[in-house]
Amino acid sequence: MIIFEFLNNQVLKMQWLSDLVRYLVVNVFGLDMSSRLGGSIHFFIYDVIKIFILLTVLIFTISYVQSYFPPERTKKILGRFNGIWGSILGALLGTITPFCSCSSIPLFIGFTSAGLPLGVTFSFLISSPLVDLASVILLASIFNWKIAIAYVVVGLVLAVTGGTIISKLKMEEYVESYVFSNKMQEVQEEELTRKDRIQFGKDQVRDIVKRVWKYILIGVGIGAAIHNWIPESVISAVLGQDKWYSVLVASLVGIPMYADIFGTLPIAEALVGKGVGLGTVLAFMMSVTALSLPSLIMLKQVVKMRLLVTFTGIVTIGIIIIGYVFNAFGYLFI
Amino acid sequence: MIVKILGSGCSKCNQLKENTEAALKEAGLEAEIVKVTDFKDIMAYGVMQTPALVIDEKVVSYGKVLKPQDIVKFLKG
Repeated sequence: MIIFEFLNNQVLKMQWLSDLVRYLVVNVFGLDMSSRLGGSIHFFIYDVIKIFILLTVLIFTISYVQSYFPPERTKKILGRFNGIWGSILGALLGTITPFCSCSSIPLFIGFTSAGLPLGVTFSFLISSPLVDLASVILLASIFNWKIAIAYVVVGLVLAVTGGTIISKLKMEEYVESYVFSNKMQEVQEEELTRKDRIQFGKDQVRDIVKRVWKYILIGVGIGAAIHNWIPESVISAVLGQDKWYSVLVASLVGIPMYADIFGTLPIAEALVGKGVGLGTVLAFMMSVTALSLPSLIMLKQVVKMRLLVTFTGIVTIGIIIIGYVFNAFGYLFI
Repeated sequence: MIVKILGSGCSKCNQLKENTEAALKEAGLEAEIVKVTDFKDIMAYGVMQTPALVIDEKVVSYGKVLKPQDIVKFLKG
């Protein structure tokens, strides 16, 4: 247990980094930690460095693991399952299959034209951006393991439920017909060597950091502002735990936005610190990642409006429910 | 030789196009570069991860942005 605590505190939460930055702020910059400026500078530097270190290590390791689960393989595996087991497997594989959001449409087309039922593909589509191995670990680092695991479980449940509802509604007719006209060549699965996998890991790190560093800086900046500059009363008025509309606000605000989940984590951290309910914060994170205007626009190309609206509606309602539940039971986790 | 870049316009697809142009220059080869952004057409190649590179109707790579040196290898066949 002591070893776990040590690992948790030093490796994940990087206590040593916090202390180091504190030293920097107090002794080198000559600022008071309890002052607004000192506090927010500490938050900013510590969080940025921590996130980037974790980001690099995590993405590399997880991409290496993910190189064993390319979409082609996922397609073959999922092809054998149906119904709720298919949805469950779809949601689980969505978590570990690597893809950038611009691939979500080709992936959807690939799965559907291979005959995978809608419920399975949608479970995959929902869980993929929502539950990400790297961000789960980051969640554990910023909050704690209980919350991270709860987030995963809840995300998967949402994915499976969403997919199952969509399959029960029998909305296959709302998929654009060209998706089903299977004129596809079978692309061969690549044989990857150890060196290939390492290269893949490195490439993923480089690509993702390039894509995401702006969001991280902005996210940490906003987090720092919330942490030290925006008075609790303002935040409480809009997002306070006792306000019944806080979850709704958080969910709806997040939908049109797209930011990488890594960027939302420091904001989440700061908000929770200001007394915003855990559910409200999780709802915000989920809606920012699971639904975004760009990906919905792309989805519109393969799916007719009715199915698109149903999909968005189900995910939104799911997120809102999750938000309220976590607010009610949040005390069990923190 | 016809080289097609499959992708719906995200930055990775543009990067692949630039790298392909650089590779062609390096290899001293002439080719028509076509950007395929319509999903209907992308799907016909069986590709599930963009960006993808197709040389003379054969998919040589998908899901990653190849560096010019690697593209040259494919161009030379």
